Amino acid sequence: MINASHVTKKFGSVIAVDDLSFTLDKGESIALWGSNGAGKTTLIRSVLGIFPSTGTVSIHGINVRSQGKKARSFVGYVPQELAFHDDAKLGSSIMFFANLRKVNSKGAAIALAKVGLQGHEKKRLRDLSGGMKQRLALAIALIADPPIIVLDEPTSNLDASGRGEVIDTLCQLRDDGKTLLFASHRPDEVLSLAGRVLVMEKGKLIKDVTPQELWPTESRIQTMRLYLSMGTEESAATVLREAGHAVNLNGQGLCVSVPRNRKAEPVSVLARAEIEVRDFEILDEVQEDSK
Amino acid sequence: MTTLPIKTSPQPAAIGTHLSKVSSVIAFARREFRDAVSSRWFILYTVAFTVLAVAVSFMSLAGSGSHGFAGFGRTTAGLLNLIMLVVPLMALIAGAGSIAGERERGTLLYLLAQPISRTELLLGKYIGLAIALCCSMCIGFGLSAGVLAWRVGGVGISAFVMLVLFTCLLALAMLSVGMLLSVLSRRSGVATGLGLFAWLILVFLSDLGLMAGTILFKLRVQEVFAIGVMNPLQAFKMAVIVNMNASLDVLGPVGMYASQTFGGMLPWILALVLGTWTIVPLAIAVLIFSKRGSV
Repeated sequence: MINASHVTKKFGSVIAVDDLSFTLDKGESIALWGSNGAGKTTLIRSVLGIFPSTGTVSIHGINVRSQGKKARSFVGYVPQELAFHDDAKLGSSIMFFANLRKVNSKGAAIALAKVGLQGHEKKRLRDLSGGMKQRLALAIALIADPPIIVLDEPTSNLDASGRGEVIDTLCQLRDDGKTLLFASHRPDEVLSLAGRVLVMEKGKLIKDVTPQELWPTESRIQTMRLYLSMGTEESAATVLREAGHAVNLNGQGLCVSVPRNRKAEPVSVLARAEIEVRDFEILDEVQEDSK
Repeated sequence: MTTLPIKTSPQPAAIGTHLSKVSSVIAFARREFRDAVSSRWFILYTVAFTVLAVAVSFMSLAGSGSHGFAGFGRTTAGLLNLIMLVVPLMALIAGAGSIAGERERGTLLYLLAQPISRTELLLGKYIGLAIALCCSMCIGFGLSAGVLAWRVGGVGISAFVMLVLFTCLLALAMLSVGMLLSVLSRRSGVATGLGLFAWLILVFLSDLGLMAGTILFKLRVQEVFAIGVMNPLQAFKMAVIVNMNASLDVLGPVGMYASQTFGGMLPWILALVLGTWTIVPLAIAVLIFSKRGSV
């Protein structure tokens, strides 16, 4: 369904995606895993043809560079940062996207029902919660029933309850045969949804593995948020990665995924590297068998 | 959240084939028009323009003693200067905010992820804004014409109709320039600043420059006309005066030269100038926007 070959995207002298290749087959679900700045979002935008890049990307055999419009008709996209015209009403917004995809009002209503937003059509978008906006973006992505859904950190703005709802919907989509490509920094999402994980670092693909290979042996994975001394986050992330941990450094801090019986390990790894851990908290627990 | 059975598309290839360029452009134009008419700037602009246009009509009537032709003619002349100040300003600012505003809000990226081309997006936004601007002006012109028709009848209305048509053409030209500036700017504040600067150049500085150039370089009358007519505002002014008086003699030697040389072709030439100012900046904007390496 998606074939990316030697994709490179530069912004000036900065290489955001560096000679990256992968294929995504029909019905497959791939997670892009990596810290902020690893190039996940840029890769997604290059795949969609929003950013012109070198190398080739084809969706359903159609080159996104030469036939971007046609290629994108096979894809529903949920962005990381939800950007809508806040003054518009939910009903008119979804009808606008329905018109772009030649879907009638009945199709728009079905898409809203899929994500539980029916009955909210008269609300202005500025009055919607973050979770509702996220669900609206998902409804827009599903409006023409495209075979591929591309999501950029689909649950980043949601609370635990909203996250669960979105993951349930995505699991259902995957089970119904949709092809999924999504960026995430949450192991629970990856374990629940992905069949393969592309681990990215500094624009490069460094691993193409299953979630079980990324978080092996134990069935229960926990995410810890580490509170470090100012300015040591980058080096701590590097040290933890070298020690084999799945690390995510984002705006909310440094998160590391560990088996539940090895929670002290990241702290001791950092202590050996003389990086002070001021505090930590356990964010969630993921059961691998919840897939 | 309700989770309903989701049907997978059996023949995805059919999706792409049913998309047409025209309907995408129309979808964008409708949204842009709806956004424009519900925005404060549009309402303020429409009210201000309407009040001024009607006020000019009443003043013209008071000065002319309710003689029909003088009523419409004087109103057209009175509105000319108002239009030359207000219409380019509004069209430039509306155009400047269009793409840069979407880019700044982050909505542009989301739109470009949809099955549309950049050209369709730009054209759709242009058409939507153009219709909104023309509707806004037509409300003002319509009320002004209503006042005149009520007081003095329809004598001399043809010049007034031409004024409306050329004003719309001027708005389209300035909107094109504004959209080009918008495509070139990353932030809407910068685009608006550039729009104001362009307005300043076209309204004030180009006239001063032409006067200085004429004196310094001792330009011939045909050269002054050629340079002057390149300014869309000057082309608009000449077109309106030609349609009022059938000649440009009131503009002095340059006007006389233009009237004698081009005769009946002059309104068409001036319309062509405005048409060029509409098409060329928009075409450049489409070209640049389509080739951009980023959003």
